[in-house]
Amino acid sequence: MMTSTLKISALTKRFGDVAALSDVSLAIQPGERVALLGHNGAGKSTMMKIILGLIPATSGRVEVCGAMPGSATARAQVAYLPENAAFHPALTGLEQLRHYLSLRSEDPGQAQQLLDQVGLGAAARRRIGTYSKGMRQRVGLAQALIGAPRLLVLDEPTSGLDPVSRRDFYALLDQFAARGTAILLSSHALTEVEARTDRIVILSGGHLVAEGSLPALRRLADLPVALHVTARNGYAPALMDALPGAILVGGALHMACPQSEKLALLGRIAGLGDKVADLEVLPPSLEDIYSHFSRRDGQ
Amino acid sequence: MITPRRILATAATEFRIARRNRWVIIAMALMALFALVLTAAGSAPTGGLGVDRLSVTVASLTSLAVYLVPLLALLMSFDAIAGEVERGTLPLVLTYPVSRAEILLGKLLAHLAVLGLAVGAGYGVAALAALLTDAGSLAGMPALWRLLWSSLALGATFLGAGYALSSLARRPSGAAGLAIGLWLGLVVLYDLGLLAAVVADNGGWFTTSAFPVALLANPADAFRLFNLSASAATAAVSGVGGAAAVIPLWQSLVSVLVWPLVALALAHAAFRRVIP
Repeated sequence: MMTSTLKISALTKRFGDVAALSDVSLAIQPGERVALLGHNGAGKSTMMKIILGLIPATSGRVEVCGAMPGSATARAQVAYLPENAAFHPALTGLEQLRHYLSLRSEDPGQAQQLLDQVGLGAAARRRIGTYSKGMRQRVGLAQALIGAPRLLVLDEPTSGLDPVSRRDFYALLDQFAARGTAILLSSHALTEVEARTDRIVILSGGHLVAEGSLPALRRLADLPVALHVTARNGYAPALMDALPGAILVGGALHMACPQSEKLALLGRIAGLGDKVADLEVLPPSLEDIYSHFSRRDGQ
Repeated sequence: MITPRRILATAATEFRIARRNRWVIIAMALMALFALVLTAAGSAPTGGLGVDRLSVTVASLTSLAVYLVPLLALLMSFDAIAGEVERGTLPLVLTYPVSRAEILLGKLLAHLAVLGLAVGAGYGVAALAALLTDAGSLAGMPALWRLLWSSLALGATFLGAGYALSSLARRPSGAAGLAIGLWLGLVVLYDLGLLAAVVADNGGWFTTSAFPVALLANPADAFRLFNLSASAATAAVSGVGGAAAVIPLWQSLVSVLVWPLVALALAHAAFRRVIP
C-alpha cells in the first residue's frame, strides 16, 4: 500500500481575523513533484511553514511522513529551502555545510562534495558574506540535499539562479524524485514549472482553487484556443469572408474558439484548401490557466 | 531529547563566529588589561593586612569581575536570537532535527568558552604578578580557583538573561537596549538603591531583614558576597562587601549556583515563544 509522504486535510490558518489558509486539503505521494502557485499573499509560505512545524495550524490535520509536523521524526525526514536563504556572513560555505551535516548526524566530510554538486566547489572556502544572491541560494540548495530527505519543501528555489543553473537544479530534483522523495515547490516562473512537475496546485486568497496535472487543469479551465491562419498571397480577404470573427494581424488571421469547437473549426480551415499557407494552434498557456483560476475567487 | 553531538556542533560553529568577529581576542585583551591595571594600582597598601598578596588580588578581581563579566556576557548574548531572526537564519535551523534547548546550550557552551578564556587570561595575568612578588601567594590559590568558576557561573547567568532578552526583543537594537538596561539595573543601580535604603533606614528592619535577602536575590551581589566571605581578605574591601561577614557562605553559594539555572530556564521559555 502506498502511503502519502504529505497529507493535509481541511487545513485552516488564521492570523487574528485574517484567514491565511481556508480548508485546504492536499496529499503528495513519494516521488511526486508538486508545484504550488499563487500570488504573493496567497498562502504559499504560510502553508510551507505549517508543514515544517514552524507555525501551528488553527485547525485541520497535517501529517508529514506519518508524524506531526515539526516533530523530531518529521524534521529528520524533511528538508527545507527558504525563500532568500540566509546564512551567517562570517562562516565559509564549507563551514556552514559541515555544521548542517552535523545537525543531521551525517558525515561533515561530505560538505565539499555537496558544494561541488551545486557548482560552488571553488568558492567553498570563501566567507558567505562575500557571496552573491545566487551563490547563497546554492548554499541553501546544497543543505536541502543533505542525507535522503523523504520530503523537500522548496520556497521559490530558482529565484536568483541563471537559466543554466535552473536546468541543473531541476535535473537534481528529478534524481531525488526518482529515489522516492516527494517535492513541494513554489515558484513564480510558470514556464519552468510547466515542464518539470507532475502536478500543479493553485492557491488564491488562502483557498485551494485548482489542483491537477497541466492537461487536466487545461480541460477544467476550458479556455479558448487561439488559432493563427496565414493566407497564401492575395487570399487573405477570401479567408476573412470564410472565417467570421477573425481579425487580421500582420498578414495572419487571429481567432479564438472554445475547446469544444476546436476540431470543427480545424475541419473548416482544412476545407479551405490551398488558400491557407500555414496554421498554428496555440493552446492556453500556464499563465492563462493560472490567471483564470487565481482570479475566479474574486481577487 | 538532548544530544551532545548537536550541542557540540552548534557550539563549535558559534565559537568560530565569535573568533571571526574578534570577540575572543577583544574579551581576553579587555580582561587582561583591567587585571594588570588593578594589580599595579593595588600593589601599595597590602603590607600590614597579614594576608598573602594573591588573596588581596582576588578581592580586587572580584570587584572587577562583578562589572565586567556581566557586561561581556550580555554583549555576547544580546544578538544570539534577535540576530538570527533579523538575518533570517532562524527558520531554516529550526527545521533541522535539533531542539531549541540544544541550540541554546550550544550557544551557551561557546560563549562560556570565550568568557573562560577572557577571565582565564585576566586572572592569570594578575595571579602571575602576585606570585612573582610574593612567594606566600600560593595560599591564595583556592580563592583564585573559586573566583574563576564562580565567574563562569555569573557569566552563565547573564548569558541566559541575554538570550531571554534577545528572544523577547526579536530585534538586535531592542535587545541591546534591554541588555544595557539590565546591566545598569542589576550591577550599578541596584547597589546604589540598597545603600540609599540602608542609610535612610538607619539600622531598622530593612537593614537587618530585607537587606541580606536583597543581596542574595541579585546574582551579581551574591557572586561578590560568595567570593568575599570565602576569602581571607574581606578586610581589604569596604562597602557592600562588608555585609559578607553576616550572611552565611552557603546562602551565597546557593544563589551563585541556582541563578544560572533560573536564567537558562527563562531563556528557554522566552526562546520557545519565538515564532520564526
